[in-house]
Amino acid sequence: MRGAAGRRLLLGGIVALALLAPVLVPAYRNQLSLLWVMIVFALTWDLLGGQMGYNSFGNVLFFGVGMYACALVQRDAGLGYQAGLFLGIGAGALAAVAAAALLGSGMLGLRGHYFAIGTLGLGIAAGELAGGWDFVGAGGGMVPPLFPGELGGRETFFYYLCFALAATTFPFLRWLYAGRFGLLLNAIRDDEDKAEAMGLRTTRYKTAAWCISAFFLGLSGGVVGNLLGFIDPREVAFAGSTFGVWMVLMAILGGKGTLWGPVLGAVVFHVTKELFWTYLLGWQRVALGLLIVVIVVFFPVGILGWVRERWPERAPGGGR
Amino acid sequence: MTPILEVQRVRKAFGGLVANKDVSLRVPAGGIFGLIGPNGSGKTTLFNSIVGHHPIDAGSIRFQGREISRLRVPEIARLGLLRTFQQTRIYGGMTCLQNMVISVSPAELGWRSMFRRSPPGDLRKAEDLLEFVGLHAKRHLRAGDLSFGQQKLLEFAMALMSGPRMLLLDEPTAGINPTLINGLLERLRRVNRQFGITLLVIEHNMRVIMDLAEYIYCLAHGELLAEGKPEQIQKDPRVLDAYLGAR
Repeated sequence: MRGAAGRRLLLGGIVALALLAPVLVPAYRNQLSLLWVMIVFALTWDLLGGQMGYNSFGNVLFFGVGMYACALVQRDAGLGYQAGLFLGIGAGALAAVAAAALLGSGMLGLRGHYFAIGTLGLGIAAGELAGGWDFVGAGGGMVPPLFPGELGGRETFFYYLCFALAATTFPFLRWLYAGRFGLLLNAIRDDEDKAEAMGLRTTRYKTAAWCISAFFLGLSGGVVGNLLGFIDPREVAFAGSTFGVWMVLMAILGGKGTLWGPVLGAVVFHVTKELFWTYLLGWQRVALGLLIVVIVVFFPVGILGWVRERWPERAPGGGR
Repeated sequence: MTPILEVQRVRKAFGGLVANKDVSLRVPAGGIFGLIGPNGSGKTTLFNSIVGHHPIDAGSIRFQGREISRLRVPEIARLGLLRTFQQTRIYGGMTCLQNMVISVSPAELGWRSMFRRSPPGDLRKAEDLLEFVGLHAKRHLRAGDLSFGQQKLLEFAMALMSGPRMLLLDEPTAGINPTLINGLLERLRRVNRQFGITLLVIEHNMRVIMDLAEYIYCLAHGELLAEGKPEQIQKDPRVLDAYLGAR
């Protein structure tokens, strides 16, 4: 089989390039760190939006919860930098999962557009709450502790942390989709009433899926808070109009409901966005808005979906 | 013999429209029973009431001696009482085989096993059942790309996959190629005989239901109009009136 070996070679190449990137292109370490985070955004969004058919506009909530929880542990636990950071990231993931479990029982009872609109409110409400809560710095936000190492070491450190995050999320989801859980999610996407009529415990599966999504978003929240070095409640942590919308767009652009689609979408989107910010300064948001329109109009099924429609026999991507 | 399904004086109204009025019926374990009636007579409403799709206004529904009229759809399904839909419902974006393996009894999809792959036994059973309904050659196709009749057969196979005790079939032959209907009837009888699955069948095709069912209930205007063996029902003047209009 040409496919399996070729795919392994491609994957190996990507991993090797990713590991060498800080040496090869040191100036782009922060950009590439954010790229890995974007890939995690798109993948975790697609878990619900693509595989399960629940379009969430509130996933950024879990990102923000993870970011704040991590910063609080770093601030208040009185640990050294490394211990505080990793404990904080773990605490962020747990807090995000707890939030998903709590919200899931109520929100996941909503279907279709109602769920989408309901979740849209979540991120906004969370941003307002954090912006008014003195314990987490209110509107002034929080500043995670400074990285103790030498100059430049910080960028490399967080680059590898972000890479590790993406390199954990992707294989985990691939494993998840290959098992029965993936089929359960697809069944809910295709016909939830049928799934219930077959006796499936759909609420349990939906909540589990949201918790898994929240887990990786919580992890990335902790990492990104430290990577950016500043936590603003509305512009960074619960940034619904940027991160929150980008998650959706990247997954749709690449092809939702596929394993590689969100990865592809995140890369294309992030690179394009950075080019706009570099070469179209002043008009970058207009260009980004136009890009979004182009995505929705011309690639309604995403890049991967479009490729599959044109060359169905050469269906790329490994996963479903 | 105690009935596996016992419906007693069930009433269901939608606003001012009384869709089921004091409907009672009994289906013994292992039987093949029919439910007929003109369009709008309340057959599907009764099915929906039995499987917990909506709450009933009055009456009682017992399955294997247990009151189920307060339970919800998935809970009733897990007791082994499954229904198929008049407008066939399958998981359109998945392959036929995937549709099958995810239709195993929900008891096998607990916390631990739901993250594993389907065991080889499930795959074999799924392939056997697809063979049984004549869809084996299509097993790797997207279920949504099948014809309506084929989707109907797939839905039937999915129901069998979960190992129910009783099946409520809503017009199993509608949309199926007439030349295949006899084959489907044969399969329904085999399912009943070999797997011991009790069947309650809504059917509009009179030839089919008279041939298949051992006992028939006839609804009209939401009320039970007549019941009896097929020969009795066929001759019953009230049934003829209901279908052809009163003389």
